[in-house]
Amino acid sequence: MISGPARVLEYDLHLYRRVWRGSVVVSFLSPLLFLAAMGLGLGGLVNRSAGGVNGVAYILFLAPGLMATTTMQTASSESTYPILAKVYWERTYEAMLSTPLRVRDLVFGELAWLVVRLTLVAVLFFAVMLVFRIPRGPEAALAIPAAVLNGLAFATPILAFTATQTRDTSFSAIQRFLIMPLFLFAGAFFPIAQLPQVLQAVAWLTPLAHGVSLVRGLTLGTLTQSGALVDIGVLLAYTLAGGVGAAITFRRRLIK
Amino acid sequence: MIASLPFGRRASRLIERNLLVYRRGWIIIFSGFFEPFFYLLGIGFGIGSLVGNVSLGAGHSVPYAVFVAPALMAGTAMNGALYDSTFNLFFKLRYAKTYDAVLATPLGVADVALGEVTWALMRGSLYSLGFLVVMAALGLVISPWALLALPAATLIGFSSAAVGTVATTFMRKWQDFDLVIVVTLPLLLFSATFFPISVYPAPLQAFVQLTPLYHGVDLIRGLTTGNLGPGLLVDVGYLVLLGAFGLAITSRRLQHLLLK
Amino acid sequence: MDPLISARGLTKRFGDLVAVDGIDFDVAKGEAFGFLGPNGAGKTSTMRMIGSTSPVTAGTLRVLGLDPAVDGPRIRARVGVVPQLDTLDMELSVRENLVIYGRYFDLTYAEAGRRADELLAFVQLTERARDQVEPLSGGMKRRLTIARALISEPDLLLLDEPTTGLDPQARHLLWDRLYRLKQRGVTLVLTTHYMDEAEQLCDRLVVMDKARIVAQGSPRELIERYSTREVVELRFPPDAAESMDGRLNGLADRVEVLPDRVLLYTANGDAASAALHESGIRPESTLVRRSTLEDVFLRLTGRSLIE
Repeated sequence: MISGPARVLEYDLHLYRRVWRGSVVVSFLSPLLFLAAMGLGLGGLVNRSAGGVNGVAYILFLAPGLMATTTMQTASSESTYPILAKVYWERTYEAMLSTPLRVRDLVFGELAWLVVRLTLVAVLFFAVMLVFRIPRGPEAALAIPAAVLNGLAFATPILAFTATQTRDTSFSAIQRFLIMPLFLFAGAFFPIAQLPQVLQAVAWLTPLAHGVSLVRGLTLGTLTQSGALVDIGVLLAYTLAGGVGAAITFRRRLIK
Repeated sequence: MIASLPFGRRASRLIERNLLVYRRGWIIIFSGFFEPFFYLLGIGFGIGSLVGNVSLGAGHSVPYAVFVAPALMAGTAMNGALYDSTFNLFFKLRYAKTYDAVLATPLGVADVALGEVTWALMRGSLYSLGFLVVMAALGLVISPWALLALPAATLIGFSSAAVGTVATTFMRKWQDFDLVIVVTLPLLLFSATFFPISVYPAPLQAFVQLTPLYHGVDLIRGLTTGNLGPGLLVDVGYLVLLGAFGLAITSRRLQHLLLK
Repeated sequence: MDPLISARGLTKRFGDLVAVDGIDFDVAKGEAFGFLGPNGAGKTSTMRMIGSTSPVTAGTLRVLGLDPAVDGPRIRARVGVVPQLDTLDMELSVRENLVIYGRYFDLTYAEAGRRADELLAFVQLTERARDQVEPLSGGMKRRLTIARALISEPDLLLLDEPTTGLDPQARHLLWDRLYRLKQRGVTLVLTTHYMDEAEQLCDRLVVMDKARIVAQGSPRELIERYSTREVVELRFPPDAAESMDGRLNGLADRVEVLPDRVLLYTANGDAASAALHESGIRPESTLVRRSTLEDVFLRLTGRSLIE
């Protein structure tokens, strides 16, 4: 049962072997630089003027938020271009389906790969947070699976969408109109409560707002049980709905 | 006879080709105007409300949005030009082989280089214009000198594209572009973009003043806030020299790459 | 009349590698001229020097009476190029590929458009004019590349392996279009490693091997000079062929033992085949055929062309 997805995962790992070095360096350096600049440099201004955010220094507020946006961005790029290449440009899936592999093996295999990839990014980000002494207590490590779940909530719906595409033009629209606004407005850089009422409601409908809230709560040890349940529920709902969608669009695209 | 066509006119054929491609992709260009809008609202006003006022030095103090907007404009100009001259150019050179077909016509390597650089600058200037319009609409432009921020952004684009093209001619595989990220990210974050360099210790301040984006940010911020001084001429000189240097190496490298 | 292309001691080196080693040839106006040889023989390097997209290392080359080193753009303005791999613009539609290419030659939009429509009809792609290039079949892409090369109404058309990788039907359609161009007086220079293509299309050809020209002439002349009228092809069970060598010698003018078959070169194939039968040799199969350029190549280089 498990061997089909494992073969697909193996293929992705094999591809990653060629690029892992640069990828790991970038995934470690980016948060390091970001937190140094925005957390310390800009944060200095914020702390001086507003005395921090929500009662904590700005870097403590910002870091877990950025951890969530990072898994969102990784999820979005991993489930667009590389997948379209396998569906259409290089027809890797067509070749895979001429072996005993089935469509569901492809979907589960790619999801397994995304979990691996997101975990790597989340662990590296967490390591950077340790450098800045941000996590409060050992339970803060739960922020890693939380960030991975946040990534999956984006990865599966986008995966489902990518399987319907023949060109990459819509990917830059996803980047501009979904990923970028969420990055800026879903609570990573400043509290959602600062937004106008209507936009607050919109923000809380998106997975990232809950991802940020969950990762931040776990990292700083401020999570309430009810808050955690809502956040996890929303993220799981997006992930599952996207997963079902992907199973449908993959089948529709690849079986003719 | 085409062979005797002036240099610039031959290069303009390549721009026509790109225009035709983008006629279908106009919505991408159009949607590019949303980017500055989101940035200015999110960073300028969202983070800005946490920061309050920022000192420009010499007793001047402005709201954070006014401080950060010109830096975002400069950073966007650099990023766009770098993207065009690295990822896009590499794709055209290595995969699409766009130029192999072009070079079998009367167009030569110099025409291709000039055409592509001009195209990248046209596109970049259009974005910068969008940025400036959005800034003005949000009340973040406080000096008429801001009109000169448009050519200034084009100059940043020119220098960045020249340097980016040189780097691309040395790239062998996609992974080499991780280097581009490793170099540009610190530039974007630490060039007096999001906070004044006065937070650094003195030696670090001196070092930042040697890097290119610092001069781009300084130039555009000086113009949009009307904070003029002879330092702006140094900024212009720095960027012109950098671009000219890049261009000189580029044409030699492309000749080597394309005409084997 | 001066030749359209003339090369003397033409040489191309890439570092230590000698790709073309001092070759001489002339191509006359209106002729269909072929470079025949295996991969790596130097055909493509020669073509790129003629198309003046690759600098000559040594020797002299004149194309349309001009020197590529000085007059590259003027030469390219009058030469159409069909490269070995299609370099179509995937971001443009089928018709736009032709129009924009025409603009590179400074045609007006109206003229480029008129010629594009004419050429699309000529290569039978009118119905695909508005389509994207990517989904076209290999044969269609090849025809579009040829149409593109013709947009400037060139005096000289360079075709680098025009039909490699195409199915037989697509090849015959292409040959037919090239034949019509030749009838219109366009000079064709092509490379190929297909014998039938060279025999079908070329008035004259040179055989290249290891960067040098090893023979030149018309296909008929080459066959007469380097081969016999007929060939008997024999197949033996694996390993049996080598032991046959001595016993076959008296039966033909020349015997070639290849890994997969044995060739007997003779003026009369049926007679040789009968003699073979009488001597008690029983191959698995026997085929009598006429000599082709393949045999010429085998004779000249000791290797078969497609390996």
